[in-house]
Amino acid sequence: MEWETVIGLEIHAQLATRSKIFSGAATAYGAEPNTQACAVDLGLPGVLPVLNEQVVLMAIKFGLAIDAEIPERSIFARKNYFYPDLPKGYQISQFELPIVSRGNLEIELDDGTTKTVGVTRAHLEEDAGKSMHEGFGNMTGIDLNRAGTPLLEIVSEPDMRSAKEAVAYMKKIHSIVRYLEICDGNMQEGSFRCDANVSIRPKGQKEFGIRTELKNINSFRFVEQAINIEVERQIDIIEDGGTIVQETRLYDPNKNETRSMRSKEEANDYRYFPDPDLLPVQIEPELIEKIRSELPELPNAKKQRFITEFNLSDYDSAVLTAQKEMAAYFETCVAVAGGEAKLSANWISGELSAALNKDNKEITECPVSAEMLGGMIKRIKDDTISGKIAKQVFEAMWNGEGDADTIIEKKGLKQVTDSGAIEKLVDDVIANSPAQVAQYQAAPPDKQGKLIGYFVGQIMKQSQGKANPKQVNELLKEKLKA
Amino acid sequence: MHLSTLAQLSTALESRQISSEELTRLYLERCKKFNDSLNCFITINEDSAMAQAKSADEQRAAGKGSALTGIPIAQKDIFCTNGIKTSCGSKMLDNFIAPYDATVIEKMNAAGIVNIGKTNMDEFAMGSSNETSFYGPVKNPWDKDYVPGGSSGGSASAVAARLSPAATGTDTGGSIRQPASLCGITGLKPTYGRVSRYGMVAFASSLDQGGPMTQTAEDAALMMNVIAGFDQRDSTSAEVPVDDYTAKLNDSIDGLKIGLPKEYFDEGLDSNIAKLIEDGIKELEKLGAVCKDIELPNTQLSIPAYYVVAPAECSSNLSRFDGVRYGYRCDNPEDLSDLYCRSRGEGFGKEVKRRIMIGAYVLSAGYYDAYYLKAQQVRHLIRDDFQNAFKEVDIIAGPTATGTAFKLNEKINDPVSMYLSDIYTVSVNLAGLPAMSVPAGFSNKLPVGMQLIGNYFEESKLLNIAHRYQQATDWHLQVPGGFE
Amino acid sequence: MSLDKSEVQKIAWLARLAIDEQDISTYSDELSKILGLVETMNSVDTDGISPIAHPLDLTARLRPDEVTETNQRDKFQQNAPVIEAGCYLVPKVIE
Repeated sequence: MEWETVIGLEIHAQLATRSKIFSGAATAYGAEPNTQACAVDLGLPGVLPVLNEQVVLMAIKFGLAIDAEIPERSIFARKNYFYPDLPKGYQISQFELPIVSRGNLEIELDDGTTKTVGVTRAHLEEDAGKSMHEGFGNMTGIDLNRAGTPLLEIVSEPDMRSAKEAVAYMKKIHSIVRYLEICDGNMQEGSFRCDANVSIRPKGQKEFGIRTELKNINSFRFVEQAINIEVERQIDIIEDGGTIVQETRLYDPNKNETRSMRSKEEANDYRYFPDPDLLPVQIEPELIEKIRSELPELPNAKKQRFITEFNLSDYDSAVLTAQKEMAAYFETCVAVAGGEAKLSANWISGELSAALNKDNKEITECPVSAEMLGGMIKRIKDDTISGKIAKQVFEAMWNGEGDADTIIEKKGLKQVTDSGAIEKLVDDVIANSPAQVAQYQAAPPDKQGKLIGYFVGQIMKQSQGKANPKQVNELLKEKLKA
Repeated sequence: MHLSTLAQLSTALESRQISSEELTRLYLERCKKFNDSLNCFITINEDSAMAQAKSADEQRAAGKGSALTGIPIAQKDIFCTNGIKTSCGSKMLDNFIAPYDATVIEKMNAAGIVNIGKTNMDEFAMGSSNETSFYGPVKNPWDKDYVPGGSSGGSASAVAARLSPAATGTDTGGSIRQPASLCGITGLKPTYGRVSRYGMVAFASSLDQGGPMTQTAEDAALMMNVIAGFDQRDSTSAEVPVDDYTAKLNDSIDGLKIGLPKEYFDEGLDSNIAKLIEDGIKELEKLGAVCKDIELPNTQLSIPAYYVVAPAECSSNLSRFDGVRYGYRCDNPEDLSDLYCRSRGEGFGKEVKRRIMIGAYVLSAGYYDAYYLKAQQVRHLIRDDFQNAFKEVDIIAGPTATGTAFKLNEKINDPVSMYLSDIYTVSVNLAGLPAMSVPAGFSNKLPVGMQLIGNYFEESKLLNIAHRYQQATDWHLQVPGGFE
Repeated sequence: MSLDKSEVQKIAWLARLAIDEQDISTYSDELSKILGLVETMNSVDTDGISPIAHPLDLTARLRPDEVTETNQRDKFQQNAPVIEAGCYLVPKVIE
């Protein structure tokens, strides 16, 4: 039997505000336990929530970025359940009338095709605190610093058909929220996390299978692994004649398995109702238009522009525009390099990305600035250095030895383009290699191209790589003519 | 001196006839003397009150301060008071020292008012007799075998017995007006959103409203001048300009149109009370008011709608009392569920538990539409009834309660009959309107209150009518025997 | 609607209220009576009437995104039943 996977994602993006969604406490990460939990966050008797203006503006930005509807009126509801990291015994969230409804998003797949994924809704809610199960003996410690941090929960349609599509969708949302500067996207700190609803069905069947919900997956890699392992598990169960239980499961990356979360299994009755402490949010059309006019260029638009403006391939353009900072780096680099787009693109997605990966650095932490890289590419272009020498220059720049010109100067890496000097090198090699010369001259023309490599190698060795390869080649061909 | 109104005390302090320290000591002595028999205070703030009094005297000596600077006022124990126990009448908060001031308290402190003590109340303001308090029932000073009403029974009893010249109360379904009626004092429930709810322990957020409980309408106006106003910490607080509530007290009420809803004078009303209310209305007619019969056809539905909305909100509002961050925690919990269930089961009293369960039920899957949504639709009808009435009349008058104070233990085991006695007060909360209860006579030696209901933000008009009425009558000046 | 004992137990669990076994039938009676009272509102037809969650038709006023609160942990935790290392403690939660 051939199976089809059906995936829907619920992404929680922590909104990058200074203060919390309903209180004036700070949202900064990493403070001492409970030092950023104010009276409102603690749910002290008598306190009341007041909505942060920024979270509304940020949610609208997101909605506009995915072509969604922004209803004129939005309301907050209470989701009632007891849990120690939920101070009030209810979470303020949205149920009916979320701030963003029905949008869609185009994602690129590995085979170069694109696919549109529906976004059912995006709603605002407050985050819970943290439960710490280690270090308190037979007790659990509760830190409520995170309680009340604003979240945008982005709920997709069950439109994805593979773990890879799910990852592409998640990456696209990640890219958009960072472009909009409404979320820092930091997955280690939990600012961007995801739950995946996964089910399978025989290929061709219309009805959905029974789904499980994989909770709190905090990296792109884990999303892919978790979905794949869950799909395998579901196939095994069904092929063995079993049925899937609708439940919440936790992915364990160490064991690469999902397991049932028994504590959450019990059927919840959240008793949603409009929060009587908060009034409906009225969103005026003028506000929406104002925000729309101020939206930055988004990943897809930027990608299209890069293709036309810089004549880049679809692939290069997608890689360079995935991150706003990367795209900005590229544009600065090209400008400094005098319009060398293709070369800049190659260096950024090649050498530079590899170096960043190796040192586990973000583009924003890159020791080689866009101006420095552009400066170096300019020197390749004007034949001051060869592409090969440039690798040395790049490494030196990475290690903080200065900009390209300084390094070229200090290390004497300037290419030899003086035709007299090159001619001397060519003549010397020909004189010292009679056997190779004879072999070359005896060979048929189609073999000569390969044999010439010996002479080029010798000259480069003599010149420590500095001789202009093009000039060397031309001169050799001429002098070796019998 | 202890029979003086706020207005009189203000003059006495202003003219240095008495100091705040003397005044505060006088009332503290009365509180200590009578609290054993009336049980109207949960906490008497002896030390902090004297310190506030001293500072009030200094302010007045420096030529600063306002009308109420230096006057002791009792606070319902539902208002959070920084550094002072705030129990809400519950075992759940018996050990809770509020770490912040409610906005109402902050405003009173800023006005130099002395917080003399925290008054007893029905547990979490749920009750109409003050018998659900963890601290025991409050007694009605007119007859100690009778309840003072609730939930602000401690405040009503304390003001009636002149243990405090005035007090704060809160009103979710009649909790200011009904005890004011049963104790023979003046009580005002302002428009929803007029007085900040910040720091007032929530019972039902869309219905709760704090307000003054005083001897006279003039005093209520003086207190409103301090506590009313927009508060950015309360999202439901109204950004509507605040009146000077004393400015129009003496305005003529000639030509005022009073609506008399026939539903408020039906067979459910005690005939003696009906007579007294009719007399009260005649007084208003003598002052030039004109009466008109009106209908509020959905009045009967207000009780069922209220007993869905209020419990629904309370079940959620009271979820925060879980024994984790503050308040009562059971001994030796076996696990998390045990911690929750026993802390809440042992920390809450019966009436609170009943309402939490009703609330959880009406919001639960499968019942939400039939109960909660239906009740909110009925609420719309009730609001429309009033809006239709206010097209024809300026205010609505009628009884505050169906009867006078009832005997302790008479209704406590029959919640439904207790609920039904709120018939004249709850619809006002569902609609969010301002309303007052003013003393209008006695039936079998127990006080009776007349209710005046106004349109949104028309507190000034209500106070004006009540003041003119009190200029013509002396019911509000009667003091129970033994407290003169 | 009358609530039987098992429904009372279900609601009590939903609301996390420990109820003594011997009190269940009293609660069942009382809650059923209250629901009986509540259901008298079914006598009116409310088709087409919009529900209102607030008495006044106001809309939200928003707060500027500013940090206005300072750390008051020590003061707040004076009311806490059990704390350790700045954390509130509860019996171990098994996930």
